[in-house]
Amino acid sequence: MAASGTDRMVVVPKQNYHMHRVRNKTSDLLYSIFRYALVIGISFIILYPLFLKVSVAFKDKQDIYNPTIYMIPQHFTLDNIRLAAQVMDYLPLLANTLLFVTITTLLTAMSCALAGYGFARFSFPGSNVLFVLVILTILVPTSTLMVPMYLHFRSFDFLGIIQLFTGTNGINLLNTYWPSMITAATAGGLKAGLFIYIFRQFFKGMPKEIEEAALIDGAGGFKTFARIMLPNAISPLITVILFSFVWQYNDTFYSALFMSESPLISLKVASLPAQANQLIPQLMGFGSNSGIKADPNYVAMIVDTGILLAIAPLIILYLFVQRYFVESIERSGVVG
Amino acid sequence: MRTIRLSLRSRRALLGLAFISPWLLGFIFLFATPLLQSIRFSLSNLSVAPGGYVLEYVGFKNFKDALLVDATFNRILVDSVGAMVLNVPMILFFSLFTATLLNQKFRGRTLARAIFFLPVILASSAVAAAESAGLINLMGDASAVDASADGGASFNVVSIVRMLADVGLPMAYVDYIVEAIMRIYEIISSSGVQILIFLAALQSVPGSMYEVAKIEGATAYESFWKITFPMVSPLILTNVIYTIIDSFAGSPVTQAIYQTAFKTQNFGLSSAMSWLYTLVIGLVLIVVGWVLSRRVHYN
Repeated sequence: MAASGTDRMVVVPKQNYHMHRVRNKTSDLLYSIFRYALVIGISFIILYPLFLKVSVAFKDKQDIYNPTIYMIPQHFTLDNIRLAAQVMDYLPLLANTLLFVTITTLLTAMSCALAGYGFARFSFPGSNVLFVLVILTILVPTSTLMVPMYLHFRSFDFLGIIQLFTGTNGINLLNTYWPSMITAATAGGLKAGLFIYIFRQFFKGMPKEIEEAALIDGAGGFKTFARIMLPNAISPLITVILFSFVWQYNDTFYSALFMSESPLISLKVASLPAQANQLIPQLMGFGSNSGIKADPNYVAMIVDTGILLAIAPLIILYLFVQRYFVESIERSGVVG
Repeated sequence: MRTIRLSLRSRRALLGLAFISPWLLGFIFLFATPLLQSIRFSLSNLSVAPGGYVLEYVGFKNFKDALLVDATFNRILVDSVGAMVLNVPMILFFSLFTATLLNQKFRGRTLARAIFFLPVILASSAVAAAESAGLINLMGDASAVDASADGGASFNVVSIVRMLADVGLPMAYVDYIVEAIMRIYEIISSSGVQILIFLAALQSVPGSMYEVAKIEGATAYESFWKITFPMVSPLILTNVIYTIIDSFAGSPVTQAIYQTAFKTQNFGLSSAMSWLYTLVIGLVLIVVGWVLSRRVHYN
């Protein structure tokens, strides 16, 4: 393989053969020790903050100031998790977020798959120019479109139809889920250009004969796509769905722009420290105006637990799909 | 019969258009229109009126304000470009290195891959913001956090600097390497997608090439530079472009543009800023693309 070719073939005189073998074996061993040290080191750097959060989540208050404790708490407690869940209003928040993210993800995957297939298999006037425009949507930073998009959805009016019939100025879609739904359904959402690109590369690589056979059997264009092409496109689908789900779940840019008041986890997490400071004294039984401030270390602990609660669904999802994910990206044709 | 055959071709074209029509609709109404509008906004003074907005043409005043009047914008812009110039090589080097590592066969490779891609899943600006705020709570204020971060790591840094200086590296390189080591977590967590792309590229290199090289007596080092590197080089361009765009996406410039628009309600100035920003990115991409594409090897 790439750089591990330490067992290279060397023509050597017979009496030296044994020594060379030994030397090769030693260098192999040294190399693999070095490799493990690296892999374990990097894994540790990645996992350490996560372990720290898990440890904090189960730590009792009295363990904060105990310097002899490393990672494993002395007094296990679920109070932190309960309190963080209360501060965040966790379960309704999670249900709401998951519903929203699932719908936008499915819409994105659908519209991007359609567009990718259209660009991969059909030639129509201007198809190449249009595909260059897809790449352009990846390159233009979202902040350039921010103000017009905001004003557009503030008084949403498709081709002036509403004004034509009712005379009013369109509907205010801000703080509803519609802006994200509309952009997702029209393949214009978060990093949609990248997804179209992935699908196009994949469909370009599929053999044309399958489609022709379906066509001869009397299937129309859409039927061929839904019955033949899409079921074969599992790997790019998994990639796109996972990426889209995760990026939408973590997104603060569009959610803060279009629905700053909606109960979504990404928005809630950003305001978590302030809220924890405010709510914890109340939840611990002090009046809202008592002027009592919670111990900042304890607040930090609750914030950490809250962050863990927020990312927990992603980690669980990842545990289930990581195998398909890594395998599929290797075959999904990102490379082309 | 002739008309039918002609119509088959145009029917295919229409079908293709039907497939891309959701995207096309979105592109026209939610990308192209806002893009043109934002040019207009950047040349005007925009005031929000009930149910709409009023534009007043002011020429290039907003651009002048962004560059000359606004206290921080030009500094933030230059800083972001500077940070990008530092970051991109680090991320690229790290991701190519990691991809080569993960492409080798060793026990626990699946587990290592799963862990290495975890940052892709967990990279969230919201979580990062909450984390630093939680830390500020713990420490009192932001300067204390900085001080403690420096204090905690200073021993390591001094020893590394000494070690590298002893080897005889110029100080500029030492600075760069030390900075890379200090921000290793940041680099790891922003190179997940790049690792995936490189890994996919490495998988597509035919194994027979390495076999031939081995028979010819090439060392691992040689076969990396003569086979692996040229074969993944087209993806280096892709990765550079992706990294540049990604490093700009959550930069302080975006924040400044957002603040200008929605905190101070100065939409015209905000649009001008975002266009300056777009132009800078465009320029960087053109220069980088031009330089790299002359060196890329396509097979």
